[in-house]
Amino acid sequence: MRSYLVRRLLLFIPLIFGITVVSFGVMHLAPGTAADAVTEMNLKVSVEAREKLVKLYGLDKPWYVQYARWMGRVVRFNFGASFKDDVPVGRKIRDRIGNSILLNGCSLALILLIAVPLGVLSAVKKGTWVDRGVGVFVFVGFSVPTFWVALLLMILFGVQLGWLPISGLHSLDYEEMGFFARRWDMARHLVLPVLVSSFTGLAGLSRYVRNGLLDVIRQDYIRTARAKGLPETQVIFKHALRNALIPVITILGLSLPDLIGGSFIFETIFAYPGMGRLGFEAVMSRDYPVVMAVGTLAALLTLMGNFLADVAYRWADPRIREGSL
Amino acid sequence: MPRIFPRVAFVVSLPCALLLSACRREPSFSPTAVPAGGPADGDAYVSASLGDASHLNPVLATDSASNEIVGLVFNGLVKYDKNLHIAGDLAESFETLRGGREIIFRLRPGLRWQDGLPVTSDDVRFTFEKLTDPSVRTPFSADYARVDRLETPDPLTIRVFYKEPFAPALESWTRGIIPRHVYGTGDFNGHPANRRPIGTGPYIFVEWKSDEKIILKANPDYWEGKPHISRYIFRVIPDAAVQFLELRNESVDTVSLTPDQYKAYDVFFRSYNKFRYPSFSYTYLGFNLNRPLFKDRRVREAIACALNKQEIIDGVLLGMGAPATGPFPPQSWAYDPGVKDFAYDPERAKALLAEAGWTASKGDGVLYKDGRPFAFTVVTNQGNKLREMTAVILQSHLAAIGIKMNIRIIEWSSFLHNFIDPGNFDATILGWSTGIDPDQYVIWHSSQRGPGKYNFVGYANPEADRLLEEGRREFDPARRRDIYRRLHRILHDDLPYLFLYYPESLPVVHKRFVGVETAPIGIGWNFNTWYVPKTRQKYAVQ
Repeated sequence: MRSYLVRRLLLFIPLIFGITVVSFGVMHLAPGTAADAVTEMNLKVSVEAREKLVKLYGLDKPWYVQYARWMGRVVRFNFGASFKDDVPVGRKIRDRIGNSILLNGCSLALILLIAVPLGVLSAVKKGTWVDRGVGVFVFVGFSVPTFWVALLLMILFGVQLGWLPISGLHSLDYEEMGFFARRWDMARHLVLPVLVSSFTGLAGLSRYVRNGLLDVIRQDYIRTARAKGLPETQVIFKHALRNALIPVITILGLSLPDLIGGSFIFETIFAYPGMGRLGFEAVMSRDYPVVMAVGTLAALLTLMGNFLADVAYRWADPRIREGSL
Repeated sequence: MPRIFPRVAFVVSLPCALLLSACRREPSFSPTAVPAGGPADGDAYVSASLGDASHLNPVLATDSASNEIVGLVFNGLVKYDKNLHIAGDLAESFETLRGGREIIFRLRPGLRWQDGLPVTSDDVRFTFEKLTDPSVRTPFSADYARVDRLETPDPLTIRVFYKEPFAPALESWTRGIIPRHVYGTGDFNGHPANRRPIGTGPYIFVEWKSDEKIILKANPDYWEGKPHISRYIFRVIPDAAVQFLELRNESVDTVSLTPDQYKAYDVFFRSYNKFRYPSFSYTYLGFNLNRPLFKDRRVREAIACALNKQEIIDGVLLGMGAPATGPFPPQSWAYDPGVKDFAYDPERAKALLAEAGWTASKGDGVLYKDGRPFAFTVVTNQGNKLREMTAVILQSHLAAIGIKMNIRIIEWSSFLHNFIDPGNFDATILGWSTGIDPDQYVIWHSSQRGPGKYNFVGYANPEADRLLEEGRREFDPARRRDIYRRLHRILHDDLPYLFLYYPESLPVVHKRFVGVETAPIGIGWNFNTWYVPKTRQKYAVQ
């Protein structure tokens, strides 16, 4: 087991290297540079000034030289400063990563809380109108455009009823509030984004649980449990569900990058200061240091997530042995 | 800079219509006459921006968000007054000598930075040094590179010597002056003060939460008097539709609207005053004059005659704009009201094209010359709905006289680098945001043709070149006005661009603010005297 872990971890190094080379190359294939947003089509900016900026950003060098310089800094844990505002990238990420974990952690928890019971319900009532109703519900959530649902809920709860704030994470007078008032204020701001992202994210997990449970229910040991006269609730929740949930571990592992990655659409609609907006806006303005830092972080977390899912799976399911991989 | 108009605004209108038509919540107060009691201090003004600021430093600030804050925290030596004339700001007086080769500024005595230190001519020198320093990432160096030397004979006097007279130089001194003692000699681009500025302006920086908000408070020691509104809160709301909802909820006090938002149900604006005034910008159809198709002026005039500009203004801007006749908006002193626009006359368009050899010879409704159909492609950038709709209207009008016009919409970076810069286009729909000063040398002068330069249509007219050069040298307002009015007429007649329309700025301001006044420069020029009567104040003062 230990040698397996070490091998998996060592594999990270070439993977990360490959991912960063590809992302760096792709980014440089996109037309335009970081200096454009500032200088293009601006009558006050001369051609000379534009060339000066390109040079000061180091963008006049070939991409592999720029990559080597970037890598040289990164191995010393220096991700550089944003082209947009000269703020160190580490600080930009620190400012936002907590917000993203808060939002995505809450919605992941809510998804688990709702999707597992929904999945069990569909599996137990397979083929009935309950199963079909649940299916329609989760796939509606999966299919509707997020921003549209978000706007409708904002109009209902924010404008019409006035129960919840429309956007942002804090009220304007947040700084003057006491400890509990602050928590309450943030909770009120989180309701809509968490609700929307959970609703749109239910489908995957609830379907996995449903199908996992259906597979398990057909097994002999379930028949045995039923045959020895156990009540149906005990059969489902004590015997079947525990095995049916093993695939969920994989899904949870794979959603590790989502925890910090965030979604550009949610964060833009809800004016939420998170990682999704940081990454997207950096891509749009060709802010290479930020794009590369966010991209590398996401790659690292994806690899970590896969790794943890594998390890947890082995731990949870003794049927999987090293030799069988 | 071209404004990317939000797409979502169009999508949100449907749910808004469904849900808001039966709205029950009442506005925060019924707007009646201003209560007596006169100006009162207090309250906060909340503005909404699509993007966050980058550098709160006038030397480095390039985006509109940063400039909004910089304008409140810093002052230039001079400023534009409400009637678009240059007036003193930090400078009590200024004088141009020797035909514009020298400008003398005299600072107001007793000015202080917000940290209490005196403002001196050395701070102006420092600002100038940074603007021309090759290691400083400012894009604005061009105007200051014309300065031969800058002298500061005493703490209140600044003498700027130019290599040659340069009339837009005065405008360049509207840029905010920054304090030497704050920045010192260290790294300038990444200096912490770029996020915690100290200026001379009516508002003092308090706090910046990235991607959320920036808070300013009134400067009690401001030399023009303390502003009445105690706090200025800049909120980042990156989606235009959500900004609009926040407006409906009265959680923001001002938003710049798109024409369709401006025309939304009155219920949205129960607590707001709407304003509209022409902005300093225009939208145009630019012809690539290097293409044989558009070398012939008659062809360009035919296209001008075939287009009903009023239909674009009614259909695209919903009436919020005016037909353009040249590169200066109507509120500018450079605008010549005597320039008569081409009349909408499809028959004349056909006659002109026939004269140029284009005839409907094959009877399929399309014009041909030497066996080739009259077809061309208009390119414009993605994300600007107004330009896309303008292109569609133009397309239908040209089809009516037998011209086949294709539309190609391209992502901004690719649009610039693969199409505009290398001159790889037939015609383009774009817009210019001009300064208040009418100098447009970089757009029209024949020396400005070439990759990456702004005369990408390839316009060259010796008479226009001469006027552009003279306009830069001439300081006398009356003579300078005549120069630009002549230029206006020439550019209209030469048709390098078909000038389409002057869009309007469409801001709203919450009704509790008293003293908002529209002038040729817009609103906000007298922001320091705006106030909210005590009984209507919304946010408590700490």
